Amino acid sequence: MRTNEEERRHTIVVLVDNEPGVLARVIGLFSGRGYNIDSLTVAEVDKARGLSRINIVTSGTRVVIEQIKALLAKLVPVHKVQDLTVEGPAVERELALVKVVGDRERLIQALRIADFMHARLVDSRPDSLIFEVTGTSDELDAFIALVEPLEVSRAGVVAIARGPKALLPDQG
Amino acid sequence: MPASSLATDTAQLTGAQVIVKALQDQGVELIFGYPGGAVLPLYDVLFQQDKIRHILVRHEQAAVHAAEGYARSTGKVGVVLVTSGPGATNTVTGLTDALMDSTPIVCLTGQVPTHMIGNDAFQEADTVGITRPCTKHNYLVKRPEDLARIIHEAFHVARSGRPGPVVVDLPKNIQMGKAPYVGPEAVRLRGYHPRREPDLARVEEAIELLLRAQRPIFYVGGGVINAGPAACVLLTELVRATGAPITLTLMGLGAYPASDPQFLGMLGMHGTYEANMAMYSCDLMLAIGARFDDRVTGRLDGFSPHSKKVHVDIDPSSINKNVVVDVPIVGDAELTLLAMLDCFRRRANEHDPERLTAWWQQIAKWREVDSLRFRQDGKAIKPQTAIKRLWEKTRDRDVYVTTDVGQHQMWAAQHFKFDKPMRWLTSGGLGTMGFGFPAAIGVQLAHPKATVLCISGDASFVMNMQEMSTAMQYRLPIKTFILNNQYMGMVRQWQDFFHGSRHAESYMDALPDFVKLAEAFGAVGLRATTIDELDPVIDAALAADRPVIVDVVVERMENVYPMIPGGAAHNEIKLSPEDNGPHEPISEEGMVLV
Repeated sequence: MRTNEEERRHTIVVLVDNEPGVLARVIGLFSGRGYNIDSLTVAEVDKARGLSRINIVTSGTRVVIEQIKALLAKLVPVHKVQDLTVEGPAVERELALVKVVGDRERLIQALRIADFMHARLVDSRPDSLIFEVTGTSDELDAFIALVEPLEVSRAGVVAIARGPKALLPDQG
Repeated sequence: MPASSLATDTAQLTGAQVIVKALQDQGVELIFGYPGGAVLPLYDVLFQQDKIRHILVRHEQAAVHAAEGYARSTGKVGVVLVTSGPGATNTVTGLTDALMDSTPIVCLTGQVPTHMIGNDAFQEADTVGITRPCTKHNYLVKRPEDLARIIHEAFHVARSGRPGPVVVDLPKNIQMGKAPYVGPEAVRLRGYHPRREPDLARVEEAIELLLRAQRPIFYVGGGVINAGPAACVLLTELVRATGAPITLTLMGLGAYPASDPQFLGMLGMHGTYEANMAMYSCDLMLAIGARFDDRVTGRLDGFSPHSKKVHVDIDPSSINKNVVVDVPIVGDAELTLLAMLDCFRRRANEHDPERLTAWWQQIAKWREVDSLRFRQDGKAIKPQTAIKRLWEKTRDRDVYVTTDVGQHQMWAAQHFKFDKPMRWLTSGGLGTMGFGFPAAIGVQLAHPKATVLCISGDASFVMNMQEMSTAMQYRLPIKTFILNNQYMGMVRQWQDFFHGSRHAESYMDALPDFVKLAEAFGAVGLRATTIDELDPVIDAALAADRPVIVDVVVERMENVYPMIPGGAAHNEIKLSPEDNGPHEPISEEGMVLV
C-alpha cells in the first residue's frame, strides 16, 4: 500500500519445522512480493523436535512488516514468528571471517586493528591473515572498513530476546 | 493383491492402495483427472474399486476448474489427479485460480521415481518448486510411511482456515512400494492452527460502533460463503436486525438475498452507483470475508475516506493489507457473525432504527440513478437483455451459474440475481478465461438434477472448449450461453476508454460456427441473432437433455457500465458512454493499473 511512512530495519525470528523446502517457502514469500532480505540465517536448534530457527533482517514500513509477519505465520511449517525490533530488547550478533592480504607492514597494521577491536586471528601465513570477528553488524562494518580486506565471509545476523521469555513451540 | 480387499489387510498395501484408501476415508466421491505414465499404479487401483468415481477431462487445467466447480457448489474438497511433467504444469493456472478464490482443492500429481528426481527424466518437472507460490501448501512424498498421513494432512490444510489448493507430488516408486496405512486422525501439523474463535472484546467494539453509526454499511465477500450456508443465514439475520444496507463483492454474490431491499447490489469497478456511493460516504464499514481487492477499492486514498472500518477475516494477512482498519477481527465468519448477533441482541435496546432514516433517504436518491439501466431497442440483442431473460426464465429452477471472464461476466454479475449462496461460480481473483465451462462440469456432476448454466463469451469459451467432449461422455446437460460479440469485449472496452479505440488484437477473427461446433461433439447447437429469437432459444436450451451451446449474437459494441476507471475513487464512477461529467482525465498512475 502507498504510504509515506519511513522504512525501518526489523529483525524477525521464525521457528519452523526442519523439513525440505521450508527455507524456499520463506524466501519465496519475500521474493514473490518484492520484499528485500538484508540478512538471513538458518540452522536446526532443536534436534529432538526437528525445529529450525530462521533469523531474517528486512526493511519496510510498518504496514509491510506487519504483512510479512502475518504471511510468515500463515505458512504451514511455521510455528512462531517474533519481531525482535518491536517486541525487543534483543541481543544481535554476527560473525565474519575476514582475509587480509599484503606485505608485512600491512599485516602488522591489521593485527593492531584486530587487537583493539577484539578480532581473533584464525589463520596466519607470511602474506595473508584471516580474522574471526564477532559483534553487531555495525561493529563488523567498522572492522571491515578499517582493515580493507581482500575477501569477507559474513554469517548473517543471529538474534535472541533479552530476559527470561523464550521463543518455543506450542506443546504437541 | 486385489484392491477389493483394501480395508481388510492394511499391512500389505501398496502406496497406490494407501492413497486410494485415504481418499475413500476422506469421503471423496469424485476425482477429476487425466492419466499418464507416472500415475499408472494409482489408476490401476482406482480401476479396481467403485467408491470413487473418476471423471476424465480433456486437459489438466480443466480438471482443476471442474474440481473448483464441485468444491464451490458443495462446500467439499475438490480432488484432482494428474501425471508428472506436463500433467502437473497444466494444473498451475487452476491452482492459482483456487488460491486466489480460496477454494479447497487437493491435487495429486505423479512424479518420476525418487532416484530419478533431478535427472531431467522423461516427463519430469519440479512440481513442488513450480507450485509452491500457487498453493496453500505442497508436499513431495519421499517415504512410503509418510504417504497416508500426508494425504490426510493435505485435506485438512485445504479445507481449514482460509481454504486453498494443496499439491501432493507422488513419485511412482512410492506408489508401487509397500506402505503402512493410518487414518485421518494421524494428522500432525504442529505449527498450523488457524484461529476460528473471534476476540469477543473486539466483537463488542464492532457492535458498539454499529449502534452509534449514522451511515453504516456491510461489505461482504466470498469468505462468508466459504464459511458455509449457516454463516449466510446469520449474516442475513444480523443485517436485517440492524437495518443497515449491505453490498456484496463479485465473490460474495448470493451470501445475502439479492431480492432483499437492504441489498444495494455488487460494489466495485462495475458495481452499482448506490453501492459505491454508499461505500464512499459511509461512517462505518463492516467488512466480513472480503479482502479490499483493488477492483473493489479503486484509488486507495479516495476509498471510503470518512469511515471507521471493522474487518472480519479468517486470514490475518488479509487484514491491514491494502486498507488500515480500526477494528480487526481474526475469526471464522460463522462464529464471528454468531457472536456479533448475540452481542447486538443483548444490546437491542440501544438500537434506534430512526437514526438511519436520513441514510436510507440518501441511498434512495442514488438508487434513482438506476445505474444498471440499458435500452433494448431495435432487433439486435443487448447482452444485458440476454442475461436478464435467462435469469427470469430460470427463477423457479434449482439453478447454478458459472461464467468465464470479461464483459459477459460483469453483465451476469449485474443482471442475474442470486438469493442463495454457492450458486454463482466465477473466477474473481485470477480472472481466468476458460474457467466457466469446466467449472460447470464439476457443478453438474455434484448436482445432477440442477439446471447448470455457463455464461460465457466467444473468446473465453474457446479457451477450454475441448471439455465439450467430457460433458458428452458423462451426459451432462450444461447449458452454455455464449454472448458472442466477436471481440474480447473487455479488452476492447479498455482500448476504447484508454487507448484511443485502437483495437489491437482484440477482434476475434475466424471464430468457429458454435452451432456446428456443438453438433460436431454430438451436443445441441442453437443460435439467436435477433431479439425475437432469444426467448424461444432459451426455452429450447433449458429443455435439452444433453449439453447445449447457444450462440447468442449480441450488440457488438456494447460496453459495461457503470465503471470506475483504474486509479479513480468510488465517487468518480462513470455511468454511461454519455457520462463525461466532472471527471478528471485518467491519471498516469491509473493507466498502469490492470
